[in-house]
Amino acid sequence: MSSCTIPIANTRSVTGIRTAKLATWWIIGSEIVIFGGLLVSYLLLRLHNLDWAHDAAHTNTWAGAFNTFVLLTSSYFVVLAHQAAEERNGAQAYRYLWYTIGGGLVFMLVKAYEYGTKIHHGITLSSGVFWSFYYTATGLHGCHVLAGMIIMAFVAHAAKKGENLHRVECIGIYWHFVDVVWIFLFPLLYIAK
Amino acid sequence: MSESHSAHYNEGLIKKYLFSTDHKIIGMQYLFTGIFMGLTGAFMVYVFRMQLAFPGIHVPGFGLVSQAAYNALVTNHGAIMIFWFAMPVLIAAFGNFLIPLMIGCDDMVFPRINRLSYQIFFLSVIVLFASFLVPGGGFGGAWTAYPPLSAKAEYNLTPMGAPLWLIAVALEFVAFLLGGINFITTLMNARAKGMKMYDVPMVIWMIVIASLLFMASVGPLIAGAIMLLFDQFIGTSFYDAAKGGDPMLWQHLFWFFGHPEVYVVLLPPLGMAVEVITTFSRKKLFGYKTFLHSVYITGILSFVVWAHHQFVAGIDPRMANLFAITTLIISVPIAEICFLVMATLYGGSISFTTPMLFALGFIIEFIIGGVTGIFLGASGTDIFFHDTYFVVAHFHYTFVPIAVIGFFIGIYYWFPKMFGRMMDERLGKIHFWGTIIPFNLIFIPLFFLGMYGEHRRIYNYQHFPELNTPGLYFLRELATVSTVVMLAFQTVFFYNFVRSLWKGKKAERNPWKANTLEWVAPSPPPHGNFEKMPEVYRGPYEYGVPGRSTDFWPQNEPN
Amino acid sequence: MFLPGISTYSSQVDNLFLLIFFVMGFWFLLGQGVILYFLFKFRKKEGVGSLYITGEKKEEKKWIKWPHLVLLVCDIVMVVFSCLVWYNIKQKMPPAESTVRVISQQWAWTFVHPGTDGQLDTDDDIATVDELHIMVNTLYHYKLTSRDVVHSFSVPVFRLKQDAVPGREIRGWFEATQTGTYDIQCAEICGIGHGLMAAKIVIETEDEHQQWIASHTPVTPVRIGSNN
Repeated sequence: MSSCTIPIANTRSVTGIRTAKLATWWIIGSEIVIFGGLLVSYLLLRLHNLDWAHDAAHTNTWAGAFNTFVLLTSSYFVVLAHQAAEERNGAQAYRYLWYTIGGGLVFMLVKAYEYGTKIHHGITLSSGVFWSFYYTATGLHGCHVLAGMIIMAFVAHAAKKGENLHRVECIGIYWHFVDVVWIFLFPLLYIAK
Repeated sequence: MSESHSAHYNEGLIKKYLFSTDHKIIGMQYLFTGIFMGLTGAFMVYVFRMQLAFPGIHVPGFGLVSQAAYNALVTNHGAIMIFWFAMPVLIAAFGNFLIPLMIGCDDMVFPRINRLSYQIFFLSVIVLFASFLVPGGGFGGAWTAYPPLSAKAEYNLTPMGAPLWLIAVALEFVAFLLGGINFITTLMNARAKGMKMYDVPMVIWMIVIASLLFMASVGPLIAGAIMLLFDQFIGTSFYDAAKGGDPMLWQHLFWFFGHPEVYVVLLPPLGMAVEVITTFSRKKLFGYKTFLHSVYITGILSFVVWAHHQFVAGIDPRMANLFAITTLIISVPIAEICFLVMATLYGGSISFTTPMLFALGFIIEFIIGGVTGIFLGASGTDIFFHDTYFVVAHFHYTFVPIAVIGFFIGIYYWFPKMFGRMMDERLGKIHFWGTIIPFNLIFIPLFFLGMYGEHRRIYNYQHFPELNTPGLYFLRELATVSTVVMLAFQTVFFYNFVRSLWKGKKAERNPWKANTLEWVAPSPPPHGNFEKMPEVYRGPYEYGVPGRSTDFWPQNEPN
Repeated sequence: MFLPGISTYSSQVDNLFLLIFFVMGFWFLLGQGVILYFLFKFRKKEGVGSLYITGEKKEEKKWIKWPHLVLLVCDIVMVVFSCLVWYNIKQKMPPAESTVRVISQQWAWTFVHPGTDGQLDTDDDIATVDELHIMVNTLYHYKLTSRDVVHSFSVPVFRLKQDAVPGREIRGWFEATQTGTYDIQCAEICGIGHGLMAAKIVIETEDEHQQWIASHTPVTPVRIGSNN
C-alpha cells in the first residue's frame, strides 16, 4: 500500500479466514438484503397485480436464458482462475479472469440488445410498474456485473505479476454472488408469465 | 510478521488531519462533523419550539417561520439527529476510536475503506445542506418520507429539496455500510493475542452488533430509496396506487429498517454505560453472557416488530395483534438488560464522577422511554396515541439519552485518552444537572400534551379549538423555555471541552484505573497505538477480585 | 386521558391506558427505587471495597430470573387486553345504522352524508367541506379515501384514528354518546398545509340532524361518488 503501511490489524487472522475474504462475505451479506428487499417488494406487488403477466409476456426469455448460460460459464472460468491462483500460477489466473470478463461483456451486450429493442418498442422504465421493476432489478444487477468486470481487470493485472493472488478468490466469490442474483432474477422476470 | 513498530508514521499536516487513514483521526473527523451536525439539529429545534410556544414570533436568529420552513425544520431535525448526529458520533466516532484500541491492535483492518467511509459521509453532509438552499427549500415530508407526498413534487412542493434529501440519506447509508464491514471484520480477525469472544469489552460488542443490525436492515430501504428516487425523477410509479404501485410498500421498507435502527443507535451508548458503570462502581458486569444474549435476542426481535409503527396506517387489522405481541415481547430482553445493569451496581463502591453521572442518567431516563413505549406498542392505546406528542415525548426519552447523554458518557470518559488531558469535574457536574433537569422539563409536558390529543408536525394550533387553549400554551412554553435552558447549558460543556484541550490536567495512561486495553496505550495514543502490542489474559471487568492488592486487574497483565 | 371521551369505545381505550399506567408505573417506581437505593447504599466509602459477583451462578441469576418472569406475566396481561380493545374498535364491524364518506385531500376534508333517503351514493347526498354532521347514539360506518397523499382521519374525543391511503377505501365505525362540536384532525403529515387541515364534527340529536339535512339538501342534485 502506498499511502499507508499495512496495519498489523490487517495481517491478523483470529478466525483463520483471511480478512479480505471475510470482508467479501460481509459485502455480499449487505448486498443480499438490498436485492432481497427489491425482489420481495416485486413479489408482493406482483401477487396483488396478476395482470402484470401480460407485460411479462414481452420479456425476451431466450435472451435471458442465453445470458444465464453465459454467466454460469463465466463463473466456471472464475473457479479455474481461483484454482490457478491457489497453485500460484498468476499468468494462468490472469487468462481465466479475462475469460470471465469476456463472459461479463457478452452478458452486457445481450442486455444492451434487450434494452435497445424494448426501448425501440416504446417500453421504458416508466411504462408500468412491472417494467419499472424489470429495468431497476436488471439494471442494478448489470451495474454489479460491470463493477465486477472492472475490479476483475485490476485483480487480473496484479495477478499477472503474481501480486495479491488471494484477491482472485475474493472477486470469484463476488462473481458467484452476481451469478446467483441472476438465477433469481431470470425466473422472476423472464419465466413467470 | 513480527508485531512491533518499524514503520514510520510521519506525515504532513494536511495528510495527517484531512486524508489520514489512522482510525483515531477518522474517529475525530466523524466526531467533530457529528457535533457540528448536532448543533445544526439543535438550532432547528430551537427555531420550531419557539414557533410552537409563541406562534408567529420573529425567532431571534432565524426570523418568521413559514409553514414550509416549519415542516423542513422538523423533518431535518429528525433526520439529522439520527443519521448525522447519533450514528456518526456513537457508532463511527467512538467505533473508530475505540475498536482498535480496545481489542489491542494498531488500526482498522481496512484503513483506506475507513477513510472512504468518512469521505462519503462528508459528501452526504454537503448534499444535505445543499437541499436546504435549492429553489423550493428543504424537504418537509417528515423523516419517514412517506410517499406519495415524498414522491411527487406537486404534493411536497420541494422539487429539488426532496430528491437531494433522499440522496443525502442514501449516501449516509453507504458510508455506514462501508464502516460497518470494517468494524465487523476488525473485531472478528484483528483481536489481540489471547482475547477470546467473551473477553471483548461490551462497548465493542455493542458497536459491532449495531453495525450488523444496520447492515441487515438497511438493504431493503436502499432498494426502496432507489425506487423512490426513480418515482421522483423518472416518473416510475412504484408508490403510485393509481398506476399499480403501492404507497404502503415504502412504509414497510422504511420501518423494517426504522425499528432496528433504534437498536442500532441504542446499543453503542448502552455499551459505553456498561464500561463506565463497571469502572466507577468497581464491579464486574453482572452476567456478561446473559447480557450479550439478551442483546442478541433484542436484535433479532427488532426485525419482527416494524408494523407497530403502522397500526392505524391501513394495514390489515388482524396483523396488528401479531405485531402488538412481538412488540411487548421485546420489552422482556430490554428489561433484562436493565436488571443486569442494576444488579451490577449492587455491592459496588460507587464514585459519582461526571461520566458515571451521565451513564446513570442514561439508564434512569431510558427506563422512562421504555415504560412509555408500552402504551404505543399496545395496539389498543396506540389508536389514540399514534402521531400525538405522546409519541414525540416517548421517543425523545429514548433518543436523547441515546444520542445526547450517550455522547457525553463517551466524551467525559474517553476524553483523557483522546486528547491526553482531563476535563474539569466541577464544570462537568454543572453541565450534567443543567442538561438532565431541563431535559425532563421539556418532555414531561409533551406527554401531557399528547394525552390532550395534540398531534404532531403542526406549525400552529390556532385552527384546532381543543388545542388552542391557554393551559396547553403554558405547557408548550414550558417545553420551549426548558429547551432554551438546556441548549444554553451546553456552552458549559463546550467551554470545558476547549479549555481542557489546552489547560486540562495532563492525563496519565489509566486515570480511571480501568481494565480494558485502551488504557494501556499512552494518552493520547500515537499512530500505531501501542509501543508493544498487548496480549490478553482475562475478561474486561475483573474489578474487586478478592485477594488482590488493587481493586482492578487489567486485561493485559500476566497472571 | 385529559380529553372527554364521547364514543362508545373511548372508555375502553382509557381503561387500557389506566391498566398499562398502573402496571408500568409499578415497574417504573420499583426500577428507579432500586437504582437510587443501590446508589445510596453502595456509594464509595473509605476502606470498603466492592464485592466480586459474576452473575453467572444459579443463586445470583435468580435475582434476574424472577422479576423477569413476573414482567412476562404483566406483558401477557397487557397484550391480551390491548388486543381485546383493538378487536372491538378496529376488527369487529357492528352493523351500520348510517354511513358517511370521508374524503381527504391536500388540505381539506370532504364529508358526504346520506340525504333524506338515508342512503349514501344517491342523488340527495349532502357534501360538506371541513364539517361532519352526525347523530348521537347512532352507529356510523365511515368509508375513508384520499385523493392525493396519505392523511389520517383523527377524532380525539372518539379515540379514533385511521390513515387514509390513496388507492384504498378503508372502512371503520364509530358511535357518539354525546352531542356537541369537536375537532377533527389530520394526524399524518400531508404537505405544507398540514396544520390547516382541521375540521369539525358536529354531533346532533336526531331532530337537529333532520333539520340540518332538510336545510342542506341540494336544490340541484350533486353526485359525489367514490373518487379515483
